[in-house]
Amino acid sequence: MAYTPHTADDRERMLAALGIDSVEALFAEIPSSVRAAGLPLPAGFPEHELMAHLAALAAANRTGLAEFAGGGVYRHYIPPIVDQVLLRSEFYTAYTPYQPEVSQGTLQSIYEFESLVAELTGMDVVSASHYDGAAATAEAALMACRATRREHVLVSAAVHPHYRETVATYFRGGDLALDEIPLVADGPSAGTTDLAALERLLADATRPVAGVIVANPSFLGLLEPMDEAVRLAHAAGALLVAVVEPVSLTVLAPPGAYGADIAAGEGQPLGIPPQYGGPYLGLLAATDPLIRQIPGRLVGMTTDVDGRRAYVMTMRAREQDIRREKAASNICTNQALCALAAAVYVATIGPHGLRDVAAMSAARAAELEATLAAAGAPRLFPGPYLNEFAVRVPDARRVHEALLDRGILGGIVLADVEPGRPELADGLLVCATEVTTSAEIAAFGAALSAVLAGAVAGRTGAPAGLASPAGGVR
Amino acid sequence: MSVPITPEAAAAAALLGPEPSGLSVPPGAGPALQPTLFELSRPGRGGGKVAHPPKDALDRIPAAARRVTPPALPEIDEPTVARHYVNLSRLNYSIDTGFYPLGSCTMKYNPKVNEWAARLPGFASLHPFAPDALAQGTLDLLWQLEEALAAISGMEAVTLQPAAGAQGELAGILMVRAYHRARGDLDRTEVVIPDNAHGTNPATASMAGFTTVSIPSAPDGGVDIEAFRSALGPRTAAIMITNPSTLGLFEKRVVELLEMVHAVGALAYMDGANLNAIMGHFRPGDAGFDVMHFNVHKTFGTPHGGGGPGAGPVGVRAALVPFLPSPRVLREADGTFRLEAPGERPSSIGRMRSFVGNTGVLIRAYAYIRAHGGPGLVQVSEDAVLAANYLKHRVAEAYEVPFERPCMHEFIASAAALKRDTGVRTLDVAKRLIDYGHHPPTIYFPHTVEEGMLIEPTETESVETLDAFADALIAIAREAHEAPGLVTSAPTTAPVRRLDEAAAARQPNLRWRPVAGAETPCPE
Amino acid sequence: MVPSDLRFTKDHEWVRVEGDLATVGITAHAADQLGDIVFVELPAIGRTIDQHATFGVVESVKAVSDLFAPVGGEVVETNDESLRATPERVNSDPYGEGWMLRVRLADPSQVSALLDAAAYEALIAEE
Repeated sequence: MAYTPHTADDRERMLAALGIDSVEALFAEIPSSVRAAGLPLPAGFPEHELMAHLAALAAANRTGLAEFAGGGVYRHYIPPIVDQVLLRSEFYTAYTPYQPEVSQGTLQSIYEFESLVAELTGMDVVSASHYDGAAATAEAALMACRATRREHVLVSAAVHPHYRETVATYFRGGDLALDEIPLVADGPSAGTTDLAALERLLADATRPVAGVIVANPSFLGLLEPMDEAVRLAHAAGALLVAVVEPVSLTVLAPPGAYGADIAAGEGQPLGIPPQYGGPYLGLLAATDPLIRQIPGRLVGMTTDVDGRRAYVMTMRAREQDIRREKAASNICTNQALCALAAAVYVATIGPHGLRDVAAMSAARAAELEATLAAAGAPRLFPGPYLNEFAVRVPDARRVHEALLDRGILGGIVLADVEPGRPELADGLLVCATEVTTSAEIAAFGAALSAVLAGAVAGRTGAPAGLASPAGGVR
Repeated sequence: MSVPITPEAAAAAALLGPEPSGLSVPPGAGPALQPTLFELSRPGRGGGKVAHPPKDALDRIPAAARRVTPPALPEIDEPTVARHYVNLSRLNYSIDTGFYPLGSCTMKYNPKVNEWAARLPGFASLHPFAPDALAQGTLDLLWQLEEALAAISGMEAVTLQPAAGAQGELAGILMVRAYHRARGDLDRTEVVIPDNAHGTNPATASMAGFTTVSIPSAPDGGVDIEAFRSALGPRTAAIMITNPSTLGLFEKRVVELLEMVHAVGALAYMDGANLNAIMGHFRPGDAGFDVMHFNVHKTFGTPHGGGGPGAGPVGVRAALVPFLPSPRVLREADGTFRLEAPGERPSSIGRMRSFVGNTGVLIRAYAYIRAHGGPGLVQVSEDAVLAANYLKHRVAEAYEVPFERPCMHEFIASAAALKRDTGVRTLDVAKRLIDYGHHPPTIYFPHTVEEGMLIEPTETESVETLDAFADALIAIAREAHEAPGLVTSAPTTAPVRRLDEAAAARQPNLRWRPVAGAETPCPE
Repeated sequence: MVPSDLRFTKDHEWVRVEGDLATVGITAHAADQLGDIVFVELPAIGRTIDQHATFGVVESVKAVSDLFAPVGGEVVETNDESLRATPERVNSDPYGEGWMLRVRLADPSQVSALLDAAAYEALIAEE
C-alpha cells in the first residue's frame, strides 16, 4: 500500500500485543449473515498508471475554447500565489479549528476573510462560508423565516435558476412557501424584477412575507432596482435578501448601502477556478441585529489568558453539534479552504486591482455587445448590465452548437437552463471578463456571423456548420 | 481509585527523552503571531496584477447603481502577502506536521497525487455550464465514482451532488420524506435517533421537517433494541444510526434492528461517517439500510482544508432512486455521458446546490479509490481497525476504556477517574497533549461518556507514532497526580494559550475595524 | 443558598411576586450548569406570554437553552439593555441584577402551583 506505513512485522507486533492471530478477530462482531467478503472493485493502479488514467480523463474534456459562459461562474485571472498558499500542508491538511491554540493560522485567515467580505458587501456579520451561492441563498431564506417568524418567501424569477431550485428543496422540509416574482415583460425595464408584482404579493395580509430575494446583477446580467425592492420589503415587514457577485461590489452599490438585511452569493469569482461545479464558496452576510440568526461558523477576535490577541470560533453553542435538533442549520463542514483562496486573492489583487477587474470586465462586455449586435445578435433586454447580458439569436441551441465547432463556447443556452420561459427561448447568455481578449471577441463575432448566415442558407439547404443536435442539454 | 501507571508505562514515558518542553519554553515561543492584513496595508502598495481598464469603462452604469464609498480593502505587496500566509500557516497543526487522532473525523494522510489530479487544467478550467459534449472526461469520472461508491456500500445508486456530509444527510432525509409522501403515507413525522449520534443527525431531521425522537444507547454502547422497539411505530419515517457507532463499536444487533424498522414501514438511514472501518467487511445496502451518506474527506482521503470543502455523496436502495437529487449523471447506450435536464425527472427532490457537485473534491476521492482498488480499500479498513485496537490496548494502561469489546476504527477512553482523583479534566489532558506535540483527540463527544476522549488513529500512522501518543497520554496521567498544574495550565508551547471564549461571544468582534483592532495590541 | 422568598420551576426559572407584578430570572444552579453566559434573548415589552411557554433563550459558551415562563401575563419590563451589555450578570447575580422579565400576572393563582425554596432545593439535590 502506497499510503500506509504498516509492514507485515508491524501488523504482527500489534496483533501480538492484542493476543490475537488475525485481524479477522476484530471483525467478529459483524453478524455472519451480513458479512461482506471483500469489494467488487478491481485492484489499485500503481501511481504512474493512475496519473496516466487521470490525465486521459482530463484530456477527454474539451477546454481552451474562446469562452463566454458565465451564469454565476466566471473566469478571472488567478495569481499563482493563491494556489501556492492553498498547497501549504498546514492549511489544507488541517481540520476545523476546534483547538484554537494550534489553529491560529486557519482562524486568523477566516477572520480576515470575514472582514474582507464585510468590506465588500457593507454588511456587519459574515459567515465563515457556506457550500456555494445556491446553498447560501437557501440558508438566507430560512434565516429570514426564523427572524420574522413568517413562512413565506418571494424570489425574483431573475435569480439564478439553480438557486431558486435549491431554495425550493430546502423549503420542502419545513413546509415553507416559496413564490416567484415575475419579470417585467417589456419596455426599458424588461427582464428585471417586476416591482408592481412584488408590491401586490407583499400586500396579501393572509400570507405575510418573511423575505424577498433579488439578485444584483441578476442571472440575466441586468442591474435590478435594489433600493425600491428594499423599500417595498421593509414596508411589509419582510427582510431583503440580496444575491450578489463579489467582484461587482467594487463598482456597484453594495447590499449594506441600499439596506439589504442579508447578502448571499457565490464567491467563486474571487480566485477559485470553474472546475465544473465546485468546490466554490457560499457567501452569507447579515446586519448586526441578525447576528444570532446567521447559520454556520463564525470566527471572532479575543485574547488568550496572557492578554495576547487571538482568534476563536465563537457563538458555537448555536451549532448542530451542541444544539442538535434546535440548531439553526445542520451545516458542519463548510468551504474553509475556498474562503482562504478568496482572501489571498483579494489581498493580492488589492482594492484598485479588484475594481480594475470589474471595470475591465465591463469594458470587454461592452465590446462584446457591439460585436454581437453587428453579427446579428442584439440584446434581449435593454437595461443596464455590468459584464453579462442576454442576446437574441434564432434557434439558439443549434447556433450554440455550431459555435462550438468553431472553437467558441458562446455562452449559455437560456432555453436549456430556464425551460418553459418563452421570453428566453431565443436567448444566449454571454459574459466577458478581464481575461477575455479582443481577438476572442472578434472570433466570436465572425463565427456568429457565419453561423447565422449559414442558418439562413440552411432554410433552403443543409449547412455544413449545423450538425444535428447531439449530446444532451442541461 | 488511582491511575494505574505500570512500570512498563513509566519506562515508556521515560523513553520520551527530555521532559515535555512546556516547562522550559516560554509562552509564545515558536512561530510568531501575525498582524492582520489590514494592519499590513499601506496606501499605494500592491496590485498591478491586471491591466487598467479604459477610463470610460463604467460610464454606462447608472450613477444610482454605483458604489459611492470604496471598500476599505488592504493594499499589500505580494511579498508581504506571501510572508503573511506562510507565517500564518506555521501557527497551524496539520496532518502533514503531526498525528491528528480526532475521533469521528478520520484524519488520514491526504495523498499528493490527488492534489495534482484535481488541478489538471482539463478538469480545473471546465466551466460548469459547458455542454455535455465538452465535459465527457469529468462526467465519465463522476459516473465511475458513483459506481465505485455503490460497490463499496451495496447501494443501488449514488448521487454526488451534496457538498458535505450534512448536506448529504439532508438529501437523504428529504428522499425519505418524498418516498413516504409518494405512497400517500403522510403521518410519518418522526425520525428516531440514538442520543450518541452526531449533532448533524437531529439537526438534519429538524431541517427536513421531522420531529426528532431521541433514545438512549444501551449500557454496552450499542443501540438499545427495546428503546427502539417502543419508539418505532406508524409515525416513524426513519431511523438514523451511525454504524460503526460514534463510540467506535459495530452494532451487533443491526439485522434485528433493521427488521424492526422495516416491519413498521419506516426506512433506515446510515450515517456513513465511520465507513473507514468496514470497507469490504460490511456493505450497508446488503444489510438492509435504505440510504446512507459518505464523507469523502474522511474515508477517501480528500483534505479537510481547515473545515472544508468536503463532499457528501448519498447512496440509496432501489426504492429511493426516483427521488435522488437532480441532476444525475447518466450513461447513454452509446457510452457517452450526460447530465439530466431540468425537470427531466419530476419525482426528484430537486437540487441541493448549484451544478453537479464539488467536482474538484470528487476527483480526489476517485483518484484515492482507484489508487487503492478493492483489495487496497479492504486493507485500509483492516489497518485502521488494527491500529485503533492496538492504541486502545496501550491507552488502557492509564485510562478507563468503558467498553471491553473490540473497537472498530476508533475508541473512547475516559478521564473520569483521573478527574475524581486529581481534578484534572479531559479538556486539560487534551490541551497538555499539544505540549507533547500531538493534536488532541475529539473530547466530550459522544456526550454519553463522562470525560470522554474519542481517539481515531487511522491506517496511515506508524506503530511508532501510536506508541509515542500512548506514552504521552500515560505521562500526562502521571503528571496529573504529581504536578496537576502542569496539565491544567497547558498548553504552554503553542502559539497562544487558552482563550477567553466568553469574551469572544459576549462582545463579538467578527470583522476588522480599526477601532476594534486597537483593543488588542497588534503582534510585533 | 436558594432565596426563600422566591418560587421556582422544574426548568430552573425563579419568580418573585410583588403585587400583581412578577419578576423572572434563572436560578444560580442553572447559571452554574450553563457556565459563562454570553447572551440572553428576551421578548419585546408588551408581548403576552403563556405560562410554561418559551419566552426567550439563554446562551452560554457551551450551551443554548430555552427559557420557560413560570407564570403567564403581559411583559411590562425587561432587563434586555443591561444583559445585552453584561450578560455575565446572570452568572454573578442571578437573583438580583441578572433578572430578566417583569410580567403583569394574568392569573396570580399560577404562582401557588410553583415549587417553594425547599422543594426546589430538593430537586437540585437529586440532579
